[in-house]
Amino acid sequence: MSADALKTTPLHDLHLALGAKMVPFAGYSMPVHYADGIIAEHRHCRTRAGLFDVSHMGQAFLVARDGADPAAAIERLVPGAIATLKPGRMRYTVLLNDAGGIRDDLMVTRTAEADGRLFLVVNAAVKDADFAHISDALADAAVLERLDDRALLALQGPRAAAVLGEMVPEVCDLVFMQALDASWRGVPLAISRSGYTGEDGFEISLPADAAETFARTLLEHPDVAPIGLGARDSLRLEAGLCLYGHDIDETTTPVEADLVWAIAKSRRERADFPGAAHILKQLAEGPARRRVGIRPGDRTIAREGTPVRDAKGERVIGRVTSGGFGPSIDGPIAMGYVETALAEPGTGLMLEIRGKLRPAAVAALPFVPHRYVR
Amino acid sequence: MSTIRFTKDHEWIRVEDGRGTVGITDYAQEQLGDVVFVELPEVGATLAQGDEAAVVESVKAASEVYAPVSGQVVERNEALEAEPGTVNESPMDEGWFFVLALADPAELDGLMDSEAYAQYIKDLD
Repeated sequence: MSADALKTTPLHDLHLALGAKMVPFAGYSMPVHYADGIIAEHRHCRTRAGLFDVSHMGQAFLVARDGADPAAAIERLVPGAIATLKPGRMRYTVLLNDAGGIRDDLMVTRTAEADGRLFLVVNAAVKDADFAHISDALADAAVLERLDDRALLALQGPRAAAVLGEMVPEVCDLVFMQALDASWRGVPLAISRSGYTGEDGFEISLPADAAETFARTLLEHPDVAPIGLGARDSLRLEAGLCLYGHDIDETTTPVEADLVWAIAKSRRERADFPGAAHILKQLAEGPARRRVGIRPGDRTIAREGTPVRDAKGERVIGRVTSGGFGPSIDGPIAMGYVETALAEPGTGLMLEIRGKLRPAAVAALPFVPHRYVR
Repeated sequence: MSTIRFTKDHEWIRVEDGRGTVGITDYAQEQLGDVVFVELPEVGATLAQGDEAAVVESVKAASEVYAPVSGQVVERNEALEAEPGTVNESPMDEGWFFVLALADPAELDGLMDSEAYAQYIKDLD
């Protein structure tokens, strides 16, 4: 794809003005880092507050055809309990295929007004496929309204609440995975206390034409710095959070991906989600492989695709799905799938990097403790 | 009097008395971003010109560093193990990778001098 064919977000001009290095990502031109670089941005987010442009992600409302509640409809596609989601609450869930594989992971929010709508945020790379799938599969019961004219920003870090609270005081009343609608200088904002860094923070959906002014106002605060996709990746990896298309995809189930908590108890009993038979069997018998954290024993970085062997190096028992340098750990970290018998934290492994076997160990996730406000 | 030469892969080699100190250029470190790990060749290793000599890992990717000329590795910069960021801060000086005892100094003639390299990276941008 040529650079000309890339889509841009409403903050494109701002990224350029801030000196961002732009790269193609999921069909968009996105900032990978700004002038300070990935490590400095990562550390800034862990110590103060980082502003992320995630407007490339897919936003939509799901509205019931009868004007009541679309939750029962979307439950046909996901294993989460959406019907019992209270107004002003959000939940992480996954769209499943008929084999129980993960089509995408997404956030579902029941708006605070309980106006019969669910607000969905899906991954950029698969948003068109997701929205087509949801529309088609639920055509009898619900209508999907894409929100392509909205921007999505994330403000993450220990100073996020204080900073955003100066502009929108009511956000300080939210706890993790709660949402509210607010207004700033007449601009409607849909805000949730959530994120993808392991830090406290917020995601803010707002009209595209107000996004730059809002972002510039946040950036005027001395605690706020812009953060690119590079640090977004190292932050989420340290937090043990999955990246769709890498750590989870159509070939991995939520059980293998260690996302069992996202399969609601009530849904297990009803066994009424796609791939339920396979997933419930894995729950009962244990999966053959499982997603784990991996700590390389030296400073060599194990990138995605690195073969994982047993401690003696004799047999390939898995593969790294995300790997990089963790600035807060000050060392290399990775996630990947290994045979379940070798998935306990502390289990010795070997990583095959550039033809050499290097010692590593299974590590508990997250690498850096979550600091959500509950 | 030392001579400095550059490769198209953005290595530099500074030669004095038949020994060449090798590193990566400022342009290379800028492209790589934050360097977090450097894998150096063993002292005593014999390298042919263009052989993979070292690996530099940045937060973004792993990149090979090639031997600018043939020779034997006589020294390596052990300080990079603890402080890989030195490659970003001082690529042409304290961030050197290894020293080669040159096998064939005539190979230097095929490399770029400072002026030619400056023009080369200007044409890349």
